Amino acid sequence: MALLEICDLDVHYGAIHALKGVTLSVEAGQIVTLIGGNGAGKTTTLRAISGLLTPSAGQITFDGKRIDGRPPHELVRLGLAHAPEGRGVFANLTVDENLDLGAYTRKDAAGVAADRDKVLRLFPRLRERLLQPAGTLSGGEQQMLAIGRALLARPRLLLLDEPSLGLAPQVVRTIFDIIREINAAGTTILLVEQNAHMALRVAHMGYVLEVGRIVMADRASVLAASDDVRKAYLGGH
Amino acid sequence: MLGARAAALRPGYGFVLSRAVGPFGAFLALAFVMQLVVVPWAGPFYEKLLMDIGINCLLAVSLNLVNGFTGQFSIGHAGFMAVGGYVAGAVTYYGSFVLWGSPAVHGGFLGGGDLLFLAGCLVGGLFSAGAGYLVGLPSLRLRGDYLAIVTLGFGEILRVLLQQTNDVIFVPAQIEAATPWQMATALGGALGFSGIPFYTTVFWVFVMLGLLLIVAFRLKESSEGRAFLSIRENEIAAEAMGIDTTRYKVRAFVLAAFFAGIAGALFAHETGTTLNPRELGFQKSFDIVIMVVLGGMGSISGALVAAVLLTVLPEFLREFADWRLVIYALSLIIMMRFRPQGLFGIREIWELWRKPPGASPAGRGAS
Repeated sequence: MALLEICDLDVHYGAIHALKGVTLSVEAGQIVTLIGGNGAGKTTTLRAISGLLTPSAGQITFDGKRIDGRPPHELVRLGLAHAPEGRGVFANLTVDENLDLGAYTRKDAAGVAADRDKVLRLFPRLRERLLQPAGTLSGGEQQMLAIGRALLARPRLLLLDEPSLGLAPQVVRTIFDIIREINAAGTTILLVEQNAHMALRVAHMGYVLEVGRIVMADRASVLAASDDVRKAYLGGH
Repeated sequence: MLGARAAALRPGYGFVLSRAVGPFGAFLALAFVMQLVVVPWAGPFYEKLLMDIGINCLLAVSLNLVNGFTGQFSIGHAGFMAVGGYVAGAVTYYGSFVLWGSPAVHGGFLGGGDLLFLAGCLVGGLFSAGAGYLVGLPSLRLRGDYLAIVTLGFGEILRVLLQQTNDVIFVPAQIEAATPWQMATALGGALGFSGIPFYTTVFWVFVMLGLLLIVAFRLKESSEGRAFLSIRENEIAAEAMGIDTTRYKVRAFVLAAFFAGIAGALFAHETGTTLNPRELGFQKSFDIVIMVVLGGMGSISGALVAAVLLTVLPEFLREFADWRLVIYALSLIIMMRFRPQGLFGIREIWELWRKPPGASPAGRGAS
């Protein structure tokens, strides 16, 4: 059984039907990406998984347990961490304090210290800025902080919402290299991206979401080669 | 550094001693000095002023836990003050009758009367915390303006309820015959609860303030407190970190209400004040909000400075009493124009001169 299984998921925002029967699964150890245009429902899917939204129908199963409708603070303890869209760093708190909050649910001080060290090795820029308010970091550094902070919860599944948003191409490349590194170290990742090109390069599996429906699902390399995807999301060449 | 961090997560006795017991001892000593040296030297006018300052500091710093730390907007703090004041007043007033047959101040320092007063403060604080829980639980799912309206409503409902209470019973024979319920509803109504013995001293005010300051500062450095701050910074991200935001908002509310209740209890037993529903209405709540905003939302030292300023200023502007509120309002408008984050923003006074490392222009690299 896959680590995460979503079956016939429906989400409504009032009268708006945002997700219509989304079904997808994430195998342990993989990077799975969810691509699609603006308003396709990518962020909504992530928020439903992490408990920030309550689905109106369907099931979400994580590690064999039903998790739909459960509040986010319980899910973090189960091993699900979410780096929200727009990064969502705590701007007035220092980088150090942001990282501490990432480990909020953990009680093993030694393990947290070791993981902090790992995160700071992964993102050396953060070490240089430990005592700086997170709001004074550059966009790329804030994204690194958001990912690092989520990693400190020691998740089994990391949900990343548009890590490339608003970043220079050079920085996007760095971030994606690190995403691959995190995955190689054993963390399963569900990656939501508009930058389909980069996302399909690092992912094992891909799903294409269009106005609330999954329209394609395949190995990432197959999707990257598919004419439909190339036309719609990869600039058509 | 890693070792220090691990130690901070599991505080040893030495740590507790240096961060909680030690400072409290220092406050105890300070309170003694104030009471035994400063008060006799300064005279009754300044004694009353010192008590007012301390009580307002308690109110401002406790409200800061909700409005500043957690980023919620409560404008019903005087309501919690009223709960604490009336409960503590009833405990000492009727308690004194039952124990000693008269409401007069009984015993000396730490004598029977003082202990009864301390118990009253504690019970008042607990009742107030309970009220904070009751108000907080249903309403903290609300945000911003909506929460403000609910807290305002709470204060007003309380005021009207207190105005409906019966006259204070002051005849010993009647008190002997009264049931506890009759005593609890004889709180003076619109005229106010008169006859409460004057147990509040500079000493007790500063002991309580010391307690609150230690709680507040320790909170700011702890992971518990950072959970409060994270809600102010970004509620969704806080949820995503695994923080039960509703529970923490209620906790902040309860903690703030507890200390507001103690402040109310001190106020109720202060010389020259009458506990009166009108006195603890919207205007008082608003005064406390002003202190927090002026000091800077989230700055403990800012709340202290603002509370001192806004207590002392009106005292020395007494001749212009009519203009007091105009000056108040004007100073706030000027403040909002030139320093919208308050005197110290979210930082403490001593952090203003310490430059955050790497905050030089070169450190703010573009993406």
